[in-house]
Amino acid sequence: MVAIDRPAPREDSRMWIEKIPAAYWALVVILLVIPSFASDFVMFQIFGWTFILGLIALSLMFLGGYGGMVSLAQMTFAGFAGYMVAILGASAIDTISQGWPWWVVIPLALILTVIFATAVGWLAVRTEGIYTIMITLAIAAAFFYFTRQNYDVFNGFQGFNSVLPPRLFGVDWRGPEAFYYLTLFWAAAGYFAVLYVARAPFGLALQGVRDNPRRMAALGYSVTAHRVAAYSFAALLAGIGGILLTWQSAQISPGTVAIQPAIDILVIAVVGGLRHPIGPFIGAFLYVLLKTFAVDVLVALGLGGERFNLLIGLGFLVIVFFSPDGILGLWEKLRASRNRDPLTGRERH
Amino acid sequence: MARGTVTQRLAATGTANALELRNVSKKFGALEALGDINITVKPGERRAVLGSNGAGKTTLFNCITGDFPPTTGAIRFFGEDVTTFPEQERIRRGLRRTYQISLLFHGLSVLDNVYLACRGVSRGRFSMIRPRRNDALMQSAEDLVRVVHLEDAKDTLVSDLSYGQQRQLEIAMALSGAPRFILFDEPAAGLSPTERRELVEILTGLPSHVGYIIIEHDMDVALRVSEQVTMMHNGRIFKEGKPAEIEDDPEVQALYLGGGHGHG
Repeated sequence: MVAIDRPAPREDSRMWIEKIPAAYWALVVILLVIPSFASDFVMFQIFGWTFILGLIALSLMFLGGYGGMVSLAQMTFAGFAGYMVAILGASAIDTISQGWPWWVVIPLALILTVIFATAVGWLAVRTEGIYTIMITLAIAAAFFYFTRQNYDVFNGFQGFNSVLPPRLFGVDWRGPEAFYYLTLFWAAAGYFAVLYVARAPFGLALQGVRDNPRRMAALGYSVTAHRVAAYSFAALLAGIGGILLTWQSAQISPGTVAIQPAIDILVIAVVGGLRHPIGPFIGAFLYVLLKTFAVDVLVALGLGGERFNLLIGLGFLVIVFFSPDGILGLWEKLRASRNRDPLTGRERH
Repeated sequence: MARGTVTQRLAATGTANALELRNVSKKFGALEALGDINITVKPGERRAVLGSNGAGKTTLFNCITGDFPPTTGAIRFFGEDVTTFPEQERIRRGLRRTYQISLLFHGLSVLDNVYLACRGVSRGRFSMIRPRRNDALMQSAEDLVRVVHLEDAKDTLVSDLSYGQQRQLEIAMALSGAPRFILFDEPAAGLSPTERRELVEILTGLPSHVGYIIIEHDMDVALRVSEQVTMMHNGRIFKEGKPAEIEDDPEVQALYLGGGHGHG
């Protein structure tokens, strides 16, 4: 696995707020004012869904990019958190749902998700590479079939509907504008949390484990404990994403934690790029656009609308083929080639 | 095995030798890589281990650091029997080593590599709080980067460093976290003449309480940075003495130096 972002020069004496490039400020402003002109559909369905899937894919980016571990169980953790909110909180299935208040349900759901992921991580970190993928895939499949067949707790095939966010501050958080800001807030919080932790001792040690586990052990670190802790941290991000996802569709069922969505998360993270926490959000935006509009494009071209997976698959192939680092990698290549003198091939200064 | 309290350990270090190997041997199947090794190194002593390829030098290091345990024999580190201790327990007691092959963190900067090495022997390895600029560990990491003359490259990714710079970084990492004894595994291999001079400067400039064993093929480096020399041959100790004695010894010259001592 390759390097993540380069550290900024430390001698810079400007305030941290002055060091943020203008393009970032522009993006912040755009994201904040989108609700003033975008339609309800765009806010709720396009951006809301992008931020949620981006957050879940971010948990995979953290494990993969910084820890060198590819997990297919991130959607499972997200779905687990969603299920916990439905089971412990309120839903239309009041024979199962406990109806506890939100301030108990949400923290408890996240804590249980982290415990579940820590146990899975504890199993998965004993393996490397393809075997980690296999073991997490097996766990994802097992959880999917378990939720489908268990009616006492998970309500089987039907799952739970009418799982709604609490009406905090008198706001209907499923309203398009409120939901847009809610998901934007958590996506941004996840993004900055990952950026911050990556430079904290825990994140640095994780990158050390990725680059050279043997040396880390020789330096006095417990490689296994760091890897397991990475699963716990990543599950917190996935769990928040899963709760938001459940609120968005107001339901959770085995379809949410099936194999296909688990693979979609991997595709989103890889297509966006595993080198930087912004990658998963770029991948998620592209995925949501394709999933939403590919059908219309295909029908307009006279092809079957159900072939939109073909488009996603082709897109995945093209990106992985031309840039193993995803869209972020393509962007960097483009920037590097613009800096290069076309005659000598040297970098311009 | 009782590992003893800190006070017991500190009391033991007062009079004990830095490193003591008693009848250490290591077998890989039928192959005897080390046989009947007895070495005593006093605190602060600097010793070179010489010998041709396959003489068992790196195997000796691996036994001392705990990469793998010796087949027979005992290893004492500042009076404490560490023969069965895992690697990180020895690290925490102040033993360090450098590696022949590059075992650095290529995706991280020079300073981050040294910082990780400093952090490894202290608390807060799971801390989610970023270190501040005046953080004590960050300061000591910066100091070490300066000691090995890498201050201009401290924010460079290791994958962008030259080979010589990577070797210098390797030494900075070995110096992290108050070492008491360091094992240098061919630190001069592949270095340019200028870099070798710098290496000798760094080694001779180490604090006097820090002892080390250096494996080195370059006799000019090895004999200039050591007070004692151990010659190894076929997994056994073949001769011990002061650098000058070893250099002038006819047997050693015949076996290893090939007549005139060279730079090989």
